[in-house]
Amino acid sequence: MFTLMLLRQAYYILQEVFRSLKRNSLLNFAAVGTTAISLFVLGVGLLLVVNTNQITSTMESNIEIMVYLKEDISEKEALSLEPLFSRISEVKEVDFISRDEALVSLEEQMGEETNLRDSLGDENPLPNAYKIKTSEPREVGAVAAEVGRFPGVEKVRYGQEVVEKLLKLTNWAHTIGLIILALLGVSAIFLIATTTRLTLFARRQEINIMKYVGATDWFVRWPFLLEGIILGCVGALLAVGVLYLSYGTLTAKLQETISFLPLISDGRYLMWIYEGLLAGGIVLGAIGSAISVRKYLRV
Amino acid sequence: MISFFNVSKVYPNGVKALQGLSLQIKNGEFVFIVGPSGAGKTTMIKLIFREELPTKGQIYIGGRSVVRMRPREVPNLRRRIGMVFQDFRLLPDRTVFENVAFAMKVICASRSEINERVPEVLKLVGLEKRMDNYPPQLSGGEQQRTAIARALVNRPSIMIADEPTGNLDIDTSWEIMDCFKEINEQGTTVIIATHAKEIVDSMRQRVIALNHGEVVRDEHRGVYANAT
Repeated sequence: MFTLMLLRQAYYILQEVFRSLKRNSLLNFAAVGTTAISLFVLGVGLLLVVNTNQITSTMESNIEIMVYLKEDISEKEALSLEPLFSRISEVKEVDFISRDEALVSLEEQMGEETNLRDSLGDENPLPNAYKIKTSEPREVGAVAAEVGRFPGVEKVRYGQEVVEKLLKLTNWAHTIGLIILALLGVSAIFLIATTTRLTLFARRQEINIMKYVGATDWFVRWPFLLEGIILGCVGALLAVGVLYLSYGTLTAKLQETISFLPLISDGRYLMWIYEGLLAGGIVLGAIGSAISVRKYLRV
Repeated sequence: MISFFNVSKVYPNGVKALQGLSLQIKNGEFVFIVGPSGAGKTTMIKLIFREELPTKGQIYIGGRSVVRMRPREVPNLRRRIGMVFQDFRLLPDRTVFENVAFAMKVICASRSEINERVPEVLKLVGLEKRMDNYPPQLSGGEQQRTAIARALVNRPSIMIADEPTGNLDIDTSWEIMDCFKEINEQGTTVIIATHAKEIVDSMRQRVIALNHGEVVRDEHRGVYANAT
């Protein structure tokens, strides 16, 4: 008996939902539009921020330490340093560059016209060297100092100023990105809440009558909640759809012209953002309705 | 039975709507509440309906305290009270049938119960031919009768009307009052707050006169105002 009542209640509530979706098409259109636009803007912001982060972290991971060894060290002795460098905890990658390899790559860089070998004679002025990458760009300074203390190391170079500037820049990009996202998120919530409040204001009479004929608060609340969820979901789907299409074409175009730009094109990661936006739309719709309906339930 | 014991209501803005009101309305009674605007009629109705709580005093309906009632019991109280307003309060985008059926859906009546009961009450108020019309297509009297049907459909033991004829001409007002009389004759307690002097005077029912939030007169077979 009790379950029958519940089923019936669910049926009547669904009836109310569909009726109002049909009847209040203009208001619903406004609600969907607001949700779609706010979430779209939020999505654009999100994509900008994650791509900026991606670009800066790629730049960070390209920071490397050049270690030049003393002239009088043989190649064998030089090679014996590699395991010692690798043992330093923050070191991620150790590359040995012998003086011969260095000469070859220098030749390639300078081109064929300059007869490097001829002008140098048999002498190779280049030292043996190591290229070291750290796991954390922040550790570069410390690692460089430690490497410099090894016997046989002549000079350590890592472009200290550049690294510090880059780190500062990425920190800023991070903070500003988060602030912009927070602002966009707040404005999305505010816009959606205002729209639901307007929708409910137009229907306060209905709520009032429901309460007067003895509807429980939940009987009144459910249709509005479900409607909020449906409208939020539709709005979010629209936003995600437009975002998906435009991001796809935009990144394809960009990568055509600036191929080295490390833009995010990992489908799973993007999906995660889109799903987040969708969930955000649903939650915002539900919360917006729940908060606004509360005001009119106090009868 | 509805009992007021020393009930006072002061609104947050300082208006003293009721002061030490005590009265009883027995089951099956027909009562007019009269008095000038601001005398406390609407407040009294709101207290019965528990739209407002009294500042002081106790109110009992059917032996239960309305004041001590928990919020989640309020819907049950309201299902036993049919409410009619001056401005009808119908949903304009639903037919007469749907407006009345709405009150039954709220209490989770079955579809067959609705299909049986709604035409029955609509016939009682004389609207059986208007079932599929929308409120804007109806006259004021027909709209009010729809509202009465809605109030009546769940078989309430008490029927309350706040100025039910305030927006209607005198002939239509009489039709509405006849409706209430008929409902009362079937055993429902009827309480009507009104300004309709002629009707009150000729119906000779119990009249409770309020002024400045106090009962100034309570007569069986009374009239709107005493000749002085």
